[in-house]
Amino acid sequence: MAILTEEQTMLRDMAREWADNEAPVSAFRKMRDAAPAAGYDAATWTAQAEMGWTGILVPEAQGGAGMGYVSLGLVLEQLGRNLVATPLASTAAATSAILMGGSDAQKAEWLPKIAAGEVVATLAIDEGPRFDPAKIATKVEGGKLSGVKAFVPEGDSAQLFVVAASDGLYLVSGDAGVTRAPRHLTDSRSHAQVSFDNVPAEALGGGVELIAHVADRAAAAASAEMLGMAESAFAQTNDYLKTRVQFGQVLASFQALQHRMAKMFTELELCRSAVEGALEAIDSGRANVAQEVSLAKAVANETLHLVSREMIQLHGGIGMTDEHDAGFYLKRARVLEAQWGNAAWHRERFARLNGY
Amino acid sequence: MATAPDIDASANPLDIFRAEAREWIASNFPPSLKGKDNAMSAVEGPHTNSPEEDAWQKAMGEKGWGVPTWPREYGGGGLSRAEARVLQEEMQRAGAWNPIGGMGVMMFGPTLLEYGSEEQKREHIPAIAKGTVRWCQGYSEPGAGSDLASLQTFAEDHGDHYVVNGQKTWTSGGQWADKCFMLVRTDKTKKHEGITFVLCDMDAPGVEVRPIQLISGSSPFCETFFTDVKVPKSNRVGQEGEGWTIGKRLLQHERSSLSGGGSTAGRMFSGASLGQIAKKYVGVDGEGRIADADLRARIARHEMDLRSFMLTLRRTALEAKSNQGPSAATSIMKNVGARIMQERSELLIEIRGFAGLGWEGEGFEEDALKDVRTWLFGKAVSIYGGSTEIQNNVIAKRILGMLDHQ
Repeated sequence: MAILTEEQTMLRDMAREWADNEAPVSAFRKMRDAAPAAGYDAATWTAQAEMGWTGILVPEAQGGAGMGYVSLGLVLEQLGRNLVATPLASTAAATSAILMGGSDAQKAEWLPKIAAGEVVATLAIDEGPRFDPAKIATKVEGGKLSGVKAFVPEGDSAQLFVVAASDGLYLVSGDAGVTRAPRHLTDSRSHAQVSFDNVPAEALGGGVELIAHVADRAAAAASAEMLGMAESAFAQTNDYLKTRVQFGQVLASFQALQHRMAKMFTELELCRSAVEGALEAIDSGRANVAQEVSLAKAVANETLHLVSREMIQLHGGIGMTDEHDAGFYLKRARVLEAQWGNAAWHRERFARLNGY
Repeated sequence: MATAPDIDASANPLDIFRAEAREWIASNFPPSLKGKDNAMSAVEGPHTNSPEEDAWQKAMGEKGWGVPTWPREYGGGGLSRAEARVLQEEMQRAGAWNPIGGMGVMMFGPTLLEYGSEEQKREHIPAIAKGTVRWCQGYSEPGAGSDLASLQTFAEDHGDHYVVNGQKTWTSGGQWADKCFMLVRTDKTKKHEGITFVLCDMDAPGVEVRPIQLISGSSPFCETFFTDVKVPKSNRVGQEGEGWTIGKRLLQHERSSLSGGGSTAGRMFSGASLGQIAKKYVGVDGEGRIADADLRARIARHEMDLRSFMLTLRRTALEAKSNQGPSAATSIMKNVGARIMQERSELLIEIRGFAGLGWEGEGFEEDALKDVRTWLFGKAVSIYGGSTEIQNNVIAKRILGMLDHQ
């Protein structure tokens, strides 16, 4: 456990309590069945904004809490536990871009609205189905941006896009020239192909390098959500093994299963360290953020991959049914695994950053 | 394909049979059905046959070649094992497939031939051989999965019949089955010896079927409820208390049919190889290799696993043929088949990225959408028919001679 400030401890506990009381997995199921076009429940998003979570990264001067990435991660971890579906992570990713590359005027225009929960924002980098920030065809000419972005998270409802073009990041707002085509993935969340046709775009400072820095922050946040998912999937499985009786005894009494749970526990502990390490590195402005993020995302991918598979297998038949929640974790896990770089991508970058 | 050489009819009885089989297939198998095996459709849903499929099923049913080694007197083909192999070779050569399948063929038929009364065999086997009656399996219960012998569905003795009450689950194809073979409890004082094997009509009063929706979105399994269902004693196979012995024998047939998983798994996925799909989605480096070296190594590892599995299937088949008795390697088949199928699905998702995670709607290739559902349904393969854990118990105890946990 990272050493949390009193403020962070309160934030974590509040988020956990809220998620358990107001947004359990049954709320996600209800949203999945209702299938709103935006891909999330509006009241849930409003509640998060009212608690100030949309302003966690936003400085106090612009109406936020200025708490940073460890704090954001604590909240996303709690939301991940219950698969809470809102645009919090995507809005935070866009916020990172404005914080790092925005002019004073851009910050003044957008950050207060984001902190107040008035704007859903997102980050649009990829143009294909696999994360590849080096391959961007989107172009800006004379202040007008054109390009097609694939599988943009919250692309169905976002009002503000941070769009990667060949020379850096741009802000695009408004609907003129923007075409959204929903892409229904296994996780029942919002993803859309978004086409920009000659739309007015404002450059953020920082050039091409900013793309990687922002993607790293998005990946770190995704890792925190994945950690929460893995923790909850693990805990539910552990509880099940302690109650399911076969051969006259609880499954938890079988050593072969005990060892599998012990192995997962071990991976989860390593994962928590890696995720917290990345978030702390960002907050303290360390030089090795990229390496720490690659570590966190690769480890979170592998851990959640393992736990989401084992959750189904160890639940047996009941885990394969739609009535049970195990499938939700599996279906969301693979989407987050693919987002902002899969394990192989981050292992490759980790090696490159370390000069081998 | 080149024309096969003429067969010298005086040479060898198997060659005579080969010529006969070839000719029969040529005049009965509709060429339009070449390669369009609908074997999986029986599992996936209620399949409506095309007129060609109907004709082919009827021809094979009447010939008895859908169940080639079953006795001719009950509607089987009456072929020797060697002849059945020749028939299979000739079917493959012609691109033909066996239209007679399902649980009746794979599990129940062989078991009834071994344990059923003469009346029962005459009543049920011919319909299975013709593919006209569909069977489902009433084994698992909500509280009796891996520990099947703890089943509670009770059959009360009412003289010439039983009255059955209880709930079965994971009834594959229960919603479109005509009949059910099931394990019931006739004695509550004994665990294994209190179990009896009976046959029940699915349209009998008191039988209620509710499909279970899986994470893949499909509902191939059901919950089946039995409320005061009358089962005549003439529908009991074997004696009271013999159900566990008979039921276990049937599970051996189930496992040997499921262990073919590797070859059927191959059919369940889209045609192109993982390597080709990866080249398309990931791109290649200057030397034409998949641009992601990490992924490339894992694809190679998977393909090697698959190749080892196929070689093991071949080895065990050869060993069985040369009468060395069943190879110990048969015990690993179900687990390895499940592992390969599941890993292939996971690799396909990783290769395609978001394009490999489509649930429905626009923006996805048809193959990719199909592979997503196969990935999700595939999670069942290591659970049903004896989970991976149960198969490992069997290996540890029966093959390795290790002690029972209890």
